Amino acid sequence: MRLPPDVSAADFETAIKEFQAAVGTEWVFTSDEDVDLYRDAYSPYWGEPEEKIASAAVAPNTVEEVQAVVRIANRYKIPLYPISTGKNLGYGGSAPVHSGSVVLDLKRMNRILEVNEQQAYCLVEPGVSYFDLYRYLQERQIRLWPDVPDPGWGSVMGNALDRGAGYTSFQFRNHFDAHCGMEVVLANGEVVRTGMGAMPGAETWQMYRSGFGPYVDGIFSQSNFGVVTKMGFWLMPEPEAYLRGVVGVPRYEDLTPLVEIMTHLENTKVFSGYPDLGSPLLGVPTLAGLHHFLVNGPEPRDAEYGALLQRGAPPQDYEPYGVKHKLPFWSLGLTFYGPEKVIRAQWEHAKERFRGALGGATFEEREFFTLPLTEEQKTKLEYPAMLGIPNLRTFAIGARSQLNPNNPTSGHMWFSPIIPRTGEAVLKANEVFREASRELGLQMLTAFSLPVPCWERSFIFIMAFSVFRDPAVNKKNRDAFRRLVEIAAEHGWGEYRTATSFYDDVMRVYSFNNHSLLRLHETLKDAVDPNGILSAGRYGIWPKHLRGA
Amino acid sequence: MNRWMCAFALTALSSLATAADAPTLARGKEVFDHWCAPCHGEGDQYPGTVALGVKYEGKLPGALEARQDLAPEVVKAFVRTGITVMPFFRKTEISDPDLDALAAYLSEPEAR
Repeated sequence: MRLPPDVSAADFETAIKEFQAAVGTEWVFTSDEDVDLYRDAYSPYWGEPEEKIASAAVAPNTVEEVQAVVRIANRYKIPLYPISTGKNLGYGGSAPVHSGSVVLDLKRMNRILEVNEQQAYCLVEPGVSYFDLYRYLQERQIRLWPDVPDPGWGSVMGNALDRGAGYTSFQFRNHFDAHCGMEVVLANGEVVRTGMGAMPGAETWQMYRSGFGPYVDGIFSQSNFGVVTKMGFWLMPEPEAYLRGVVGVPRYEDLTPLVEIMTHLENTKVFSGYPDLGSPLLGVPTLAGLHHFLVNGPEPRDAEYGALLQRGAPPQDYEPYGVKHKLPFWSLGLTFYGPEKVIRAQWEHAKERFRGALGGATFEEREFFTLPLTEEQKTKLEYPAMLGIPNLRTFAIGARSQLNPNNPTSGHMWFSPIIPRTGEAVLKANEVFREASRELGLQMLTAFSLPVPCWERSFIFIMAFSVFRDPAVNKKNRDAFRRLVEIAAEHGWGEYRTATSFYDDVMRVYSFNNHSLLRLHETLKDAVDPNGILSAGRYGIWPKHLRGA
Repeated sequence: MNRWMCAFALTALSSLATAADAPTLARGKEVFDHWCAPCHGEGDQYPGTVALGVKYEGKLPGALEARQDLAPEVVKAFVRTGITVMPFFRKTEISDPDLDALAAYLSEPEAR
């Protein structure tokens, strides 16, 4: 049996027996065969001494069992690492940050406790995946949509606590911001409910966020201050109809006004769905077109285009080719939700705005459906997540396909700095990261990168790094990743989230006033978890006895 | 490595396996629909199906439910070991009895 660090074999054996008594023998995993299933399948340290490995796993089924496990862990000072579904692949999996921790696997807590169709909310446990919630709503013909991220098997709660993103209306796309009320087991085993849930018998736990007094929910996201066991979420009422229109513009410099108008139209609620940028000319797919690109590869091009590619032409040099062949330099997908009459008028208004500001703009209605969709229609959607339908299409990244027939990867990790929501920032980030990639010898998926996803006032400028079962390649990519974190910070761009291997690297660049934010995190950590048993190292927050180790 | 060697060695024995009963196969179908179909369903919107179609270059179907040649041990090995971008699955996700049912469902095409 593996041992947690600084825990005696006798203490660990006793703790395991107590875990078994608390949750049932069959839900405590100690054999290497079982515990290996908690490795991070996408670890960039796979098979190397630095790979983070659990010592055991415990899978409670109720909040009372979570309390019991936490109390036992406190008694024997055993590090715990809670996971919800453990499928946050690309940003970490089910492996702990501190090797030797016992994984607290909450997957069995998979109950959808309440759905209120009229008030459009749900209350769920950690093990509920987006697929689970979607199926629950569909089976009961409840006309509410979850906002889903790319990996549909992810936890609704876990994704929100990692501050993940989705693709429907802006008030739902930020999954943490769309939550309302939580229940947390603290490191001492005590249960706390936030917001209105702090009042026994409250009628509005999932209807009013902040309750009374300090709003503490945020400290339980991207942190290790408690084990969240319930969370409420606001859901999107299914609209009457869905329309997705695509704007095309011909010039390189059109990106700046395109983004400016797009932002104004979204912030004034002319459209409310995910704004989806692409470059037909440069071969950069939109989110809606990504799966087709990954599966089939880029569109075939003629010799004239090939010559541009061959000489490594900068993006703006492609413009004459695009004009000649009527290939838009940039495209923008706009999504509208609502009654048909309303959304057609909104699309007309959006077209007027772009037509008035951008000469040569073209427009295409790409998708229109009255809702609810039929099962047949669901199979024909360009990107189902834009209609709240979970899927796994993004896992075509790195998988064997026409684009990549011979060298499938063993996963990926995301480099994802936040940049301003402007065309200038997108162009600048490309310039900076293209140069850095060249110096670091990185192979990019496309020659130009466009942001996915986006918040109301910022973009996530995302780049995928492949992971292989090859330590030399992984080391090169890890080193490059760390360098990109520094380069991004030099330009004022910080990651919104990162894979577990890079928590300390990212936290290090949030260094204002001699790392005063991290020092505040550590003060809180010491106060709420004095033995430092919960998720040591998560998001760069280490307990006192491991700090600086 | 041992797990894979065992899996492939046992493939030859799969035809000797006792056919699973109807409730087991029904459970296997449920497990497939829940855990596997989002990546291995029929059609080019499923990355697992696309990957297997490219790997076998048309000699075998890309969709797992269309396969006639899957031994239970091979199914179990992939679920517990993973392959390329497909991760392995923990026992809190697919329990051993559910994995037995899934393996039976995918290895008994005449029962589908």
